[in-house]
Amino acid sequence: MSTMVLAETQMNFPTLDYVGLAPLMIVFGVAFLGILLEALVPKAYRYIVQLALAAGGLLAALVMIIPNVGDHRPALVTGDGSRVDSIVIDGPGLFLMGTILVLGLVSILLIAERRVASGGAFVAQAAVPVGSRADVDQARKEGLTEVFPLTMFAIGGMMLFCVAGDLLTLFIALEAFSLPLYMLCGLARRKRLLSQEAAMKYFLLGAFASAFFIYGVALLYGYAGSVQLVDINAAVAASGNSQVLLLAGLGLLAVALLFKAAAVPFHVWTPDVYTGAPTPITALMAACTKVAAFGGLLRVFNVAFANSGNPDGTSLAWDWEPIMITVAIATMVVGSILAVTQTDIKRLLAYSSIANAGYLLVGVIALGQALGATLFYLVAYGFTVLAAFAVVTLVRDSAGEATHLSRWAGLAKRSPRFALIFTLLMLAFAGIPLTSGFAAKFAVFSSALEAGQTGLVIVGVLSSVILAFPYLKVVVLLWLQQPVDDAPSVSLPGPMTGAAVALGVIATVLLGVAPQFLLNIVEGAGQFLAQ
Amino acid sequence: MSSFPFLSALIVVPLIGALVTAAVPKGKPRQAKFIALGFSLAVLVIAAIVTIQFDTGASGLQFNEHYSWVPDWGLNLAFGVDGIALVMVALTALLTPIVIGASWNDADNEKRNVPTFFALLLVLQATMIGTFIASNVLLFYIFFEVMLVPMYFLIGSYGGARRQYAAVKFFLYSLLGGMVLLAALIGLWVASGGVLDWQALVDGEPLDTGLQNWLFLGFFAAFAIKAPFFPFHTWLPDAGGAAPAGVAALLVGVMDKIGTFAILRYCLPLFPDASKTFAPLAIALALVGVIYGALVAIGQTDLRRLVAYTSIAHFGFIGVGIFAFTTQSGTGAVLYMVNHGLATGLLFIVVGMLAARRGSSAIADFGGAGKALPLLAGTFFIAGLASLALPGTAPFVSEFLVMLGTFSVNKPVAVISVVGIILAAAYVMWMYQRTMQGTVNPKLVELPAMRKDLNVREKLVVAPLVVGILVLGVYPQPVLDIINPAVESTLGFVGVTDPAPTVPTADSVVTGDN
Repeated sequence: MSTMVLAETQMNFPTLDYVGLAPLMIVFGVAFLGILLEALVPKAYRYIVQLALAAGGLLAALVMIIPNVGDHRPALVTGDGSRVDSIVIDGPGLFLMGTILVLGLVSILLIAERRVASGGAFVAQAAVPVGSRADVDQARKEGLTEVFPLTMFAIGGMMLFCVAGDLLTLFIALEAFSLPLYMLCGLARRKRLLSQEAAMKYFLLGAFASAFFIYGVALLYGYAGSVQLVDINAAVAASGNSQVLLLAGLGLLAVALLFKAAAVPFHVWTPDVYTGAPTPITALMAACTKVAAFGGLLRVFNVAFANSGNPDGTSLAWDWEPIMITVAIATMVVGSILAVTQTDIKRLLAYSSIANAGYLLVGVIALGQALGATLFYLVAYGFTVLAAFAVVTLVRDSAGEATHLSRWAGLAKRSPRFALIFTLLMLAFAGIPLTSGFAAKFAVFSSALEAGQTGLVIVGVLSSVILAFPYLKVVVLLWLQQPVDDAPSVSLPGPMTGAAVALGVIATVLLGVAPQFLLNIVEGAGQFLAQ
Repeated sequence: MSSFPFLSALIVVPLIGALVTAAVPKGKPRQAKFIALGFSLAVLVIAAIVTIQFDTGASGLQFNEHYSWVPDWGLNLAFGVDGIALVMVALTALLTPIVIGASWNDADNEKRNVPTFFALLLVLQATMIGTFIASNVLLFYIFFEVMLVPMYFLIGSYGGARRQYAAVKFFLYSLLGGMVLLAALIGLWVASGGVLDWQALVDGEPLDTGLQNWLFLGFFAAFAIKAPFFPFHTWLPDAGGAAPAGVAALLVGVMDKIGTFAILRYCLPLFPDASKTFAPLAIALALVGVIYGALVAIGQTDLRRLVAYTSIAHFGFIGVGIFAFTTQSGTGAVLYMVNHGLATGLLFIVVGMLAARRGSSAIADFGGAGKALPLLAGTFFIAGLASLALPGTAPFVSEFLVMLGTFSVNKPVAVISVVGIILAAAYVMWMYQRTMQGTVNPKLVELPAMRKDLNVREKLVVAPLVVGILVLGVYPQPVLDIINPAVESTLGFVGVTDPAPTVPTADSVVTGDN
């Protein structure tokens, strides 16, 4: 049963499937090339070269997904035919990679924006003490261009996270996207102290999560004798080893994954990090990291811990379902209730992202039946949240972004177009029909109810009423209140931020009015490769 | 029957009108008003054509249209009307141009955007008509929810004092109902195997009784909030009190009827067993509403809130009529929905005219106002009499039918509801006395506006409603002919038959169907 790939004395090198690996190789290759270019390209040209490289790389990777569509295979094959599941090319994996690439491309537009704030949203060095001479100095200079390769590493890691078929590759991917993100969080041009705090907090808690993860991997290896997800699933059915190892390993692994997904009670980092990080990076985390975290959760739970690959075997779902249901309910309820009391738009969106993680967990718990709906939700939410954060970058006063909600009062009077866009996004978050938010909620809740999760669906719809209140509060502020005296102004978006907002809004409306084409795609993606 | 898609046109025309109106520059409010009025009159013409072509002999949905939208969810752009939906569409189409006329100067304020106001009114009309003509449950739900957005901005941006509070309360209350409805709707979707077309659901196998009960409660909760029935009513006085008069007329006159309409269209046919199980509960809530609404109305100090509370009492009557499960009471309830739209619509519009002149709608700010404003006072009086269902006005016919039908199956309920009529006389008469009669409030003399009686525009606005109330009061037969087959087929789904009439004379006089 177990191939014991790790323990074999004679290494049996697998052949690489270059077409399958192309998207990953392009993104990582571009990231390495970006670092090289930092050293070689004259400073004056770096920004434009790096931007072109990053955007071009993401587009090329996106194109290279196409030849793989419809395939269902491991990307590595050994000569003797034994199985190496390190990277798996299957429908959901390709879809998730594509989603991350598209959302990443939109995020790159935000990250590259330099028109809205002079010098861009980033400074050159994260670790300079706040208030020191060097700090004052770098606040006046343009940001450096390392953010592009760092972002590319993060995006590459996220993609790998969605297609990793064994726990070690999963761990490497986790680190590959987490480390650049920790770094990027600390680079905000304004409110440096908050930014550094965010980076520190995210790093410390993230390091804990990684430790949990690797500990869980160790226990599961002890139980199944393999780190491959399919082998663990087979072991659940057949192994006589102690269930303690299995359940403890599963629990530790779940903690790490739920941490990245920002589920309650592992959510406490989210508001602080979302607030402190430069807003383009917050957008990247809210959209792409969410996709990656749920991509990993979906694969691990579907392939290793449910009997999707093993219809006759015993299902472990009975053991983890009650706990996951509790987590999902807590996430939905806590996220939406705490969102009500927020007075800062970035914190509000952070709590809303927590509550949305709860709705996504409903899809995870419903397993294979809701897989397509969960994928749909990830795309719909990703575009809306990107557009929302893109708009947040535009509301500015002399101290940078004006994120306190009291400062947003009456903005519709001076910038009706901006207010209209943000209102649309808020209505989408609230799940009003004809927006992608409704389509996504309907898809997830209907699949979950089909899978028998009535309680979760009821908590889901009721918590969305609570969650509608903060969104409505923002709409009231924008339209119905008088502007404050020194109100911030809405900057004219540069072409890149403008494009990001436009893409997000178009997707929000399109997925709401005509969701069928995306429903067909997620349905066509099928299930994870489990056998 | 012509193949022209009349029903789609009823939605598309006001939407186009809204776009055109919204595109008018802010500086040209007059243009926007006439464009909006023109489009709403076009809708009225289409609704009239549909009414004329409607076949009163046939049961079931007519003018059916069907376009595929999201097949995975069983969501189709499916339209069709039965008699109940038709009269509600006609009421909406009639009230909208009247409300546009009545609100002609409501948005005139340099801080507010006039074209947007009228564009929102047209969007509201399109979504409300959509709820009536949708024959797919999910499509109905989409209209039901989207409707909140224009209404929210109409109240929140153009209303009076406390408009923000009222708008948010209205939105959240309705959204709560909507989300419960969504959960029940998904339940229905799962139970029916992905079918959400109304006709297919009605023709299909009935659902398991236990499931029916849960789904009924989900649907009923949403519709009871929308109607609103006691104890889900608290948003209505706030919203009705804060909304501009014309918007309040649409809110209470049409939008609230969507609740009772949907109970007839969805709760009864889709969950017949559960409807019978919960009928006593619904009747109890309705009865409490009749008495409670009337009592609280008597105690109000503000005209708009008073009218809003009278509506809660009237919705109680409609609820009793629906859940008594007799043809007479059901027909009476539907007719009441129309008549109440006319009567309360008129009352809200007249109150709005008074408030616009006085600058306040508090009862204490009036007194003896009728002396200087004879025409306005007269219209106010007619609206009030219609509201208390005086014989000769349209609501009398419907209230009488409701009681008659209820009496034949449930005497105590009928008897208790009679108390509501007496209380209605109290609140209407006292309201009129305190505002129009008696010594003239000295402040009124100082206001030049309080000496200007109805102008031409206002006369044009109130005339159709006054005529409608009086004509339907003496000759309701054409409307009854449209309503009756639909009510009979609805009750047929529930599987109840009328008891043998014990008062045959009354029966033959009013409905003429035996």
